[in-house]
Amino acid sequence: MASTSDNGFRTRLGRVRGLGSAKSGGAQWLAYRMVAALLVPLTIWFLIAIVRLAKAEHADAIVWLHQPVNAVLLLITLVATFHHAAYGLREVYEDYIHGKLARLAAIGLTNGAAIVLAAASVFAVLKIAFGA
Amino acid sequence: MSETSVAKKARPLSPHLQVYRLPLAAVSSITHRFTGIALTVGTLVLTWWLVAAASGPDDFDTAQHVLGSPIGLLALLGWTWAFGYHLLKGIQHLIWDAGKGVNTASAQRNSVLVFGGSFVLTAIVWIAAFAL
Repeated sequence: MASTSDNGFRTRLGRVRGLGSAKSGGAQWLAYRMVAALLVPLTIWFLIAIVRLAKAEHADAIVWLHQPVNAVLLLITLVATFHHAAYGLREVYEDYIHGKLARLAAIGLTNGAAIVLAAASVFAVLKIAFGA
Repeated sequence: MSETSVAKKARPLSPHLQVYRLPLAAVSSITHRFTGIALTVGTLVLTWWLVAAASGPDDFDTAQHVLGSPIGLLALLGWTWAFGYHLLKGIQHLIWDAGKGVNTASAQRNSVLVFGGSFVLTAIVWIAAFAL
């Protein structure tokens, strides 16, 4: 805790009033934009890849995922996508859900679903990539 | 007496969504959100497709069959457009976040570009998917 020797009788709220923001939201804002910028080339690559796999047999998809470059790029794309999706939905909730508890529940459920989907997708890719 | 004079003056009313024709930039903005939400739902399909590929040829064939059905193709067509739109609008947002082009004229022009570009991109992807 910060020193209170100067004016120990003041409340914490009183001390921070007028000092501006908590100065930590900027990192979150920037991280979201960084991931978004990263997704521009990754999703273009992914779109080209799935266009080429549109009529693929199972063996074609396996061969494609056996290539390390494809597996690694797809893993990065997946993690970035689920992060971006969960954060994007969070911004929508923060704009339209006004009840504190409902908003917290929506954000928590979305993050949980994103983690489950990301883990399942990553596991599927790794299983194929490391498989025979 | 005062009531009639107020009525005659036809005071401006605050716009309400039900009676207000949204400017193109506003339609473009809310479309970015809708496509983002739709693409998040689309990640369920992506995870399902990857898990199907990991579980073997039979499950993968089922997934490819469902996605290749008329309803599947319609959903993929919608997904492609939502993807193209969200990608282009996202790039515009990154440019805005960099502090460039934050004015009404460029918002209007970019909205036209993003809508037009999303349809062109969708067409290119589907022509490529069927030609390859």
